[in-house]
Amino acid sequence: MALQHTVDGAAASSAGEGVSRRAFLTVSAIAGGGLLLDLSLPNTADAAAVIKDVVNPTVPGSQSLNAYIQIAPDGTCTISSKNPEIGQGIKTSFAQLVAEELDVAWKDVRVSQAPVDGKKYGAQFAGGSFSIPMNYDTLRRAGAAGRQMFITAAAKSWGASPADCTAADGVVTHKSGKTLSYGQLAQKAAAVAPPDLKKVTLKDPKDFKIIGQPIGGVDSHLIVQGKPIFGIDSTVPGMKYAVYERSPVHGGKLVNGANLDAIKKMPGVVQVFEVKAPDTLVAPYDGMAMGIVDGVAIVADTWYQASKAAEVLEAQWDAGENTEVNSANFQKHAEEISKKEPTKSVLKNGDAKAALASAATVVEASYSYPFLSHQPLEPMNCTAHYQDGKVELWAPTQNPAAGVKLVSTLLGIPEDKVTVNVTRSGGGFGRRLASDFMAQAAIVSKTAGVPVKLLWTRTQDLQHDMYRPGGHHFFKAGLDKDGKLVAFTDHLVTFGRGDKFTNSGTLGPTEFPAKFVDNLEFGMSAMPISVPTGPMRAPGSNAHAFVFQSFLDEVAHAAKKDPLEFQLALLGEDRELKAPPGPFGMGAGFNTGRMKGVLRLAAEKSGWGKTTLAKRQGMGIACYYSHLGYFAQVVKCSVDDEGGVKVDKVWVAGDVGSQIVNPSGGYNQVQGASLDGISQALHSGIKIVNGRVAQTNFHDYPLLRMSEAPPIEVHFNTTNNPPTGLGEPALPPVIPALTNAIFAATGVRIRHLPIDPLKLKPAAA
Amino acid sequence: MSYTININGQPLTADVDGTTPLLWVLRDTLDMKGTKFGCGLAMCGCCTVHIDGEARRACVTPIQAIGDRKVTTIEGVGDTDTGKKVQAAWLKLDVMQCGYCQAGQIMSATALLNAKPKPTDRDIDDAMSGNLCRCATYTRIRAAIKEAAGVPTHDTRDV
Repeated sequence: MALQHTVDGAAASSAGEGVSRRAFLTVSAIAGGGLLLDLSLPNTADAAAVIKDVVNPTVPGSQSLNAYIQIAPDGTCTISSKNPEIGQGIKTSFAQLVAEELDVAWKDVRVSQAPVDGKKYGAQFAGGSFSIPMNYDTLRRAGAAGRQMFITAAAKSWGASPADCTAADGVVTHKSGKTLSYGQLAQKAAAVAPPDLKKVTLKDPKDFKIIGQPIGGVDSHLIVQGKPIFGIDSTVPGMKYAVYERSPVHGGKLVNGANLDAIKKMPGVVQVFEVKAPDTLVAPYDGMAMGIVDGVAIVADTWYQASKAAEVLEAQWDAGENTEVNSANFQKHAEEISKKEPTKSVLKNGDAKAALASAATVVEASYSYPFLSHQPLEPMNCTAHYQDGKVELWAPTQNPAAGVKLVSTLLGIPEDKVTVNVTRSGGGFGRRLASDFMAQAAIVSKTAGVPVKLLWTRTQDLQHDMYRPGGHHFFKAGLDKDGKLVAFTDHLVTFGRGDKFTNSGTLGPTEFPAKFVDNLEFGMSAMPISVPTGPMRAPGSNAHAFVFQSFLDEVAHAAKKDPLEFQLALLGEDRELKAPPGPFGMGAGFNTGRMKGVLRLAAEKSGWGKTTLAKRQGMGIACYYSHLGYFAQVVKCSVDDEGGVKVDKVWVAGDVGSQIVNPSGGYNQVQGASLDGISQALHSGIKIVNGRVAQTNFHDYPLLRMSEAPPIEVHFNTTNNPPTGLGEPALPPVIPALTNAIFAATGVRIRHLPIDPLKLKPAAA
Repeated sequence: MSYTININGQPLTADVDGTTPLLWVLRDTLDMKGTKFGCGLAMCGCCTVHIDGEARRACVTPIQAIGDRKVTTIEGVGDTDTGKKVQAAWLKLDVMQCGYCQAGQIMSATALLNAKPKPTDRDIDDAMSGNLCRCATYTRIRAAIKEAAGVPTHDTRDV
């Protein structure tokens, strides 16, 4: 049903209900990319086409071969991309995987966003850099199955053996020279019994023509023309605009009633009402499960009117003891807790306390990192239309199935009465794994009795995030007389409630150097949490890389060793360390050879140890393994006399296996992730004052700007391992590479983020 | 009140309060969704348009302040020579990740190239630092501006 569509306003759906329900969707069949070197913009007819809502460019007359492939009589092939597109480029990469094995010409490929259908597509989400490792094989097999169906259909037409037929660029050729195009074969191929996906023949990678090519994003030509393809661009006839105001202190309940009458008199306001969140759906400390919190919904003719009306809202909220929380107290509180034994033991190897007592040198340091906000540039929004016991949503979401579940529970309707149209997202970074904005839009549409577009302000986005949790690490390391690391302890003081720690704030038993030091102890304790938390790009890793790789750099200096040599020696012989599979059965173990490989590559490309540096200029190196990817970075930076840090250049080395599906998108991800890390290190930290997030916009929660973005060189080691994702793993190590470079430049060790320029003035050093 | 303003060469009329920012007139009254909302305080540049050829933030420009000046948006910038070159360069270098900020980036880049056809890296820093890209595609934005300008795309700040 969700693939039904209309073209240029004419109903093309065959299902009666679909026509009436979707008649407002005017969709044009102009998606598709063209190879990177194709400079041409779409022709004027395309440019003039009006696109509303999600672009689902199924071409009329198309035949379906399987869940991923539709072929039109003219040979146009529409490939369904099952996962949300949030800027990671998956809509392009997924189509490449299918198109390669299908043997269709890329110019004939269009890509549509698949409907949300777990039975058909399995897990559909954007997270964990899992899209490629979870689907690399499956999507190639779907493409190969399609190819086999075309060959079978052609052979049957000719009364020939399939073994005598080959396929290339959307044409089947018989050994006699006869040809039939995929378009000509569409009807017959669709009638062929689909082959067993496990038994289809896949190409030898050396024959790849589409996988491994730098192909431009399939929606890019729409983006440069400003076509309405993001969630915020969705429109429904008769739709009103909504703002949802919440307690500024997290967890606040609405009490004593709000000044609804005054708001109702504001220009354009259609309705205003209170929403009381069911207790069962309030999960304010676990962002992934975040439901809905109490609020006042203001529905108006325009969003600007709704947002102006919200400015006069007077409401009383009771947030209890959360109003007493101040982030300025966290470090002191954590220091007190660190003096006690951890409440939870994570790992104990050997006898760390005894080894520290007998070590020749002991290094001790405490590190911390703040809460962070995701801040994708498209604010949280969702368009919802509730009617007759069903709801349809247009949502920029990373996690549509979770949204269906939450909305179904909140509205008390079955999940099959909730339809989520996944739009392109203006960034995700983990924020859109939660579905709170979808729940708000759904309940507001139901209560107001009209379709609504609910949109948050930037301030709401900053103040009602599911934050990356802060953390405070208390390290000790022991070196023997030869400078070998013989003891290592970390007490992480993070956040939680009782013995329940925050989502993505915990320390695991495989954290490097967990398996590389004979006497090692990891433990955790929690301070009370007052804000919702959740995963942010490279969750856990984005924090741990900084503290562990900085502290190891510190330890290397204490051992009077080059940080690169120290880390290579610690990693030791090339070997695979086994570990239990992670989420979705993905990944096991850690390969020291691959880690050393990227360290050496980054060092070689950057001229590590061979570069003449200016005064107050330094180079730092760090590595990290996350999301199945091995990355190392070298950062060169300069620090001025005011303590200002200028990143001069970044060298990145990565290993994500045997194949990068789309090098253009892949390199872009690596550069962006590196700058994302630098932005966090230089600028980002959520301040909580009396329970509320103090920042309101980009002046007090700055993001990296053009003038601060250094040149970045990206290099890869290609290794004989399964291909893995690139959305996240390049981020974590750039932060310690930068802080280690600052140490090299100034002698000042950065142990707390964000970097404080005042500590980097020469006098302070 | 009714305002008729020249947008992309067309006189378009909106019946709104005069203090309504141009951004919301474009998006919600005139159904031109290409200009994006990011911050509402002229800090991110997502809503950049041209007013008489200069880059301006539509989120802080009241409709009543426009008068008879000419507004160009992302929907119309491709009809200009510079805008067309910038769009083509963005596609050639595959600049986009999520793409949400890119309409604003293209508008700022086009205004820059109209003022300085052969910009230096410093010129690019000055003209583009008001446009945030959360995906941090700055490396490719810089190169794409040079591509559109017909100058070598390498980073002259390289060290």
